[in-house]
Amino acid sequence: MTEQAPFTIEQFYKHMLQGKLLGGKCKKCGKIHLPPRPLCDNCLSNEFEWVEIPQQGKLLTYTVIHVAPAQFQEMAPYAVGIVRLENGLQIPGMVRGVALEQIEIGMVLKIEFGECSTTQPWPQWSRYCFKPA
Amino acid sequence: MKGKPLVSIVSAGLSKFGKLDGLYAREIFAEAAKEAFDRCQNLDPKKDIQALFVGHMGESYEHQGHTGATMADWAGLVHTPATRTEAACASSGAALRTAIYAVLSGLCDVVMVGGVEKMTHRTTAEVTEYLAMASDYPFEQWHGITFPGLFALMATAHMHAYGTTERQLAMVAVKNHYHGSLNPKAQIQKEITLESALSSRFIAWPLKLFDCSLITDGASCLILTKPELAGKYTDMPVHIIGSGQASDTIGLYERESFTSLAAARLAAKKAYDMAGVQPEEVDFAEVHDCFTIAEIIAYEDMGFCKQGEGGKLVENGDTRLGGRIPVNTSGGLKAKGHPVGATGTAQAYEMYLQLTEQADRRQVKDAEIGLTHNIGGSGATAAVHIYKGG
Repeated sequence: MTEQAPFTIEQFYKHMLQGKLLGGKCKKCGKIHLPPRPLCDNCLSNEFEWVEIPQQGKLLTYTVIHVAPAQFQEMAPYAVGIVRLENGLQIPGMVRGVALEQIEIGMVLKIEFGECSTTQPWPQWSRYCFKPA
Repeated sequence: MKGKPLVSIVSAGLSKFGKLDGLYAREIFAEAAKEAFDRCQNLDPKKDIQALFVGHMGESYEHQGHTGATMADWAGLVHTPATRTEAACASSGAALRTAIYAVLSGLCDVVMVGGVEKMTHRTTAEVTEYLAMASDYPFEQWHGITFPGLFALMATAHMHAYGTTERQLAMVAVKNHYHGSLNPKAQIQKEITLESALSSRFIAWPLKLFDCSLITDGASCLILTKPELAGKYTDMPVHIIGSGQASDTIGLYERESFTSLAAARLAAKKAYDMAGVQPEEVDFAEVHDCFTIAEIIAYEDMGFCKQGEGGKLVENGDTRLGGRIPVNTSGGLKAKGHPVGATGTAQAYEMYLQLTEQADRRQVKDAEIGLTHNIGGSGATAAVHIYKGG
C-alpha cells in the first residue's frame, strides 16, 4: 500500500513508474517534501503521508547543455531547467518537445514520466522530463 | 573589537599552477610546503607544526584516498596528526576554518593548512564526471545537469532578473586573464580579448568556454599560529580577523533564489560581524570565479555592490587592478587555475602576498583589509575569511 511505502528517493521514483508524482507531507507541520525525506527539515518530525503533487508548473530558469557527460552525449545540445509546480514546490529536469530557441522563462510545462531504461543494478531510477502543457 | 586577530598567518606556499605532467599530488604539495618552510626561517617544521589539515576533493583522480596522512608524509611531517577535509571546491576553505578551530581551541600553537588536487592527467570527460559529484546525484546529475549547467541556470536567472549581459560575463574573464598575466605562477599568463571570449563555443548556454575556470594541478598551504606567538616566527604576519562558513541545500533546485547564494551571504555576515568590518572597508578580494557568473554573484553576496549590479561593477572597471576594489588579482580560478582542493588556501596565499607587499607587478596599493570567498558545489558550502596586514 502506498501509505506504508517508505518515504525514500527510491520510492519516489517507483511512484513515477506508476505515473504518479507524490511527495511526503509532514503530519506534524504540514510541510510537503519533494522528493520525500526521512526527516522534516522544518520541524524534524519523521511522520509523513503521501500526497499528490500538481504535475504542471512554470519554468523558473533553464540552460542548454552543449558539453554533456558520456551517457547524455548523443542528446546534446539539450535543455534542462527548474520548474515551480502549481503548489510552489520546485523540481529540475530536462525540457523536451519544444525547439531550444523557443524555450522561455515563465512558460507552462507538464511533467512526462519515462521508463527505467537502465540495466545496471543501481540506481534503478526512472527518467522524467518536462514538455509544454 | 574591530580587527582583533583570531589567528596569524606566519608563512605561506604555493606550487606552480598548471599542467604538471609526471607529478603526483603529494609531490606538488611538497613544493608548496617547501616554499612555506623556506619563508619562515624561525620555524622548525618537524618540531613546531602540531597538526596538518588538507583540503582535497577527489580520490578518483589518482586512485588515492587517505590524503591527510599522505601529504604529511611527503611534506616531511610524518607522525604529525593530519586530517583531510572535503567540501568539494571549498575543501581548503573548510580546512582553513578547521585549522582556526584547532588553534582557537588551545590544543595547537602552530598548524599547517593547505589543499591539493592533481587533475590534468585525466580526460576532460573524466574530470567533468568527478566534478559533478559535488552536485546532487538523484535529481541533478541523473537528469543530465552538468556542473557548468548549474551555474548556467544561475546565469540565465540573473540575466532575466537584472539584465546582466553575456558581455559583462566575458568582462570578468578578460579582467582575470589580465591579472593572471601578472602572476608567474598562474596557469595561463596571457591576456584575452572581449571578442575571443564572446565568440568561444558554448559549454552550457549562456556560458561559453571562456566563462569557465581551468582544469589545473596545484597545491597551496599556510602556517598558522596564535597571534601572540606570531612575532616568534615573522615580523610580517597577516592576521585572519573574521571567519564564516555556512551550508545550503545540496540541490540547487530547492532554493528560494538562483541569483544569490544564501550560504555565501550567511558566511559573509558571520565573518564581517566577527571582524567588525563593513563591506566598503574591504580593499581587495579573491572570490570563487569557477564561472564568470559566480564572480558577479559574489560581488553582490559580499556586499561590494547592490543585488543585481554585479555586471555593472565589472563593466565600470571597479574590480580591475587600480579600481575601487580589485578582485582576483591572482588571476582567479579563471586564469591562475582551479585545482579544486587547493583553491581555498590558494586564495589565502594571495592575501598573504598582498598584505605583506610581495605581490610584485599585481600589488594592490595601500591594501589593509582583504576577503576570500570560497564556494563548494553550486553553493552548498561557502567559506568566507577576512584578513588584515600585521
